[in-house]
Amino acid sequence: MNIFDRMMSLDRRWVFLFIALVCVITYVWPFSIPIRITEEVKAIYSFIEKLNEGDIIFLGIDYDPNALAELHPMSYAIAEQAFRKKLRVIFVTLSQNGPGMADQAIRDISDSVKLDKTYNGVFYPGREIKNGIDYVFLGYKPYPALVILGMGQNFRIPFPSDYYGTPLDSIPMMKGVMNYDQVKCVIDFAAGNVADMWISYGQGRYNFPLALGMTGVMGADYYPYLNSGQIFGIMGGLLGAAQYEKLADNPGPAIDGMRIQVYAHIVIILFIIIGNIGFLVSRRKQG
Amino acid sequence: MDAFSIGTYLWTTFGAFLTLCIFSFLYRDNPFYKFAEHLVVGVSAGYFVIILWHNGLQPNLFNRLNDGDFYLLWLNSARPWYLIPGILGVMMWTRFSRKKSWISRYPIAMYMGIAAGIAVPLEMKNRVNVQLYSAMKNVEWNNFFGTGILDSGSAVAQLIILIGTLSALFYFFFSKEHSGLFKGVARFGIWILMIGFGASFGYTVMGRISLFVQRIQYVGNWTETSWAHPSVLVIWFLIVGVFALLLLLEFIKFLTKRRTAAS
Repeated sequence: MNIFDRMMSLDRRWVFLFIALVCVITYVWPFSIPIRITEEVKAIYSFIEKLNEGDIIFLGIDYDPNALAELHPMSYAIAEQAFRKKLRVIFVTLSQNGPGMADQAIRDISDSVKLDKTYNGVFYPGREIKNGIDYVFLGYKPYPALVILGMGQNFRIPFPSDYYGTPLDSIPMMKGVMNYDQVKCVIDFAAGNVADMWISYGQGRYNFPLALGMTGVMGADYYPYLNSGQIFGIMGGLLGAAQYEKLADNPGPAIDGMRIQVYAHIVIILFIIIGNIGFLVSRRKQG
Repeated sequence: MDAFSIGTYLWTTFGAFLTLCIFSFLYRDNPFYKFAEHLVVGVSAGYFVIILWHNGLQPNLFNRLNDGDFYLLWLNSARPWYLIPGILGVMMWTRFSRKKSWISRYPIAMYMGIAAGIAVPLEMKNRVNVQLYSAMKNVEWNNFFGTGILDSGSAVAQLIILIGTLSALFYFFFSKEHSGLFKGVARFGIWILMIGFGASFGYTVMGRISLFVQRIQYVGNWTETSWAHPSVLVIWFLIVGVFALLLLLEFIKFLTKRRTAAS
């Protein structure tokens, strides 16, 4: 068996081991990589920056814990930016295993906003984020398409009460807030076809500004909606999250993860090249 | 550093243990992986049932009927029409009976009818028509190169989208033989498709690595916490030691098998 045959018959577990080693070494070894900002991510950041104090934005935490790695950094960065700017936020989750995770995320963000921070040269004193005044967490309901349509008429149709059991009518923030007409934009963090539903049944039916944060697997499929103007911004995978963290001057797990990502990609590309060389040489020998 | 809580630490440790159990599948199927897999499936199903009860049935059905009386089957409620979806839901359960399962076809038919009625016009408008319009936009010749190569509003980008869409569609057009000029167009179409698949594949690889990176960060944080608190270091050694030992045993087994095969 020559070297090219060995290349072709390499046990996949060596690939896993090599990638794992590279990831662990790059995790332990501190260094930074440049992150280039794309227009579609900047559009979301700029949109939120232009909003005024007290404006309401709607964040859809439409993912399960299995997509947390890519979508949590986006949710954290955008929600923190919104709270620092004293915007009010309506959270909802249309993913069945999402409510507990979303509740935990809101608590984490609230803890972070309590601290004094400086982002992009602007000092933001810490403040307490209050449920019902600064944010509302509507919780979860099954059948996303029907829930999205229902909220377009009145948030109270699918959600008579919030996640904690408080009737929406007795929540101060929800006074006069009936449907999407009162929110400045909807930003949906999606892992799955919920994003399609927000486009078809949400933006397409009620015509509100919609932006999407999504897993890397979905990323490439949604650029046509950006081109058609159905969405005003898009964040794809960990790269999108890292770009947003950089824009918000709030480095977190996404920027930290991208340096590991770069070296993991180099290893994968090397293995693809090795496999192809082995394949081409062995085919030439046979042919 | 946050105040150390042994309870939180033990849960974090359990998370790290399950992470290692799942990753052990990369070597081969084993009881640790099976345990973690079954736990995930069971916990997810149980969690969903409770979530559905507290977020769906209770606020949207029972709370809306609770002004009525149970012994009158809530018919004296101010909003008795909420009984209709309740009854339809109960009819779904007849699926478990061979003789009565036909009853479940009524709520399913109703659900399908409503879903199709809502979906067809909105999907047609927003995912077909709007996409068609955007592919047939006027080419802005006075903005030929735009602000850069990735500016989707530039004439170059619009031409690439137009020509790419038509060529990719032509690849699937089999009523005319792909020869001569048509062969070239179809070939360009397949290249466009391959670039699209390549972009998706690249994003998919990034997504999968992201999951792994997040787990490394999690196990890394757990390790840092363990080493910062010597009282719990024994737990860290125990978990990491078990997996290291298993890996070592498997490696010895692998070497022995290889030596036997060679001899």
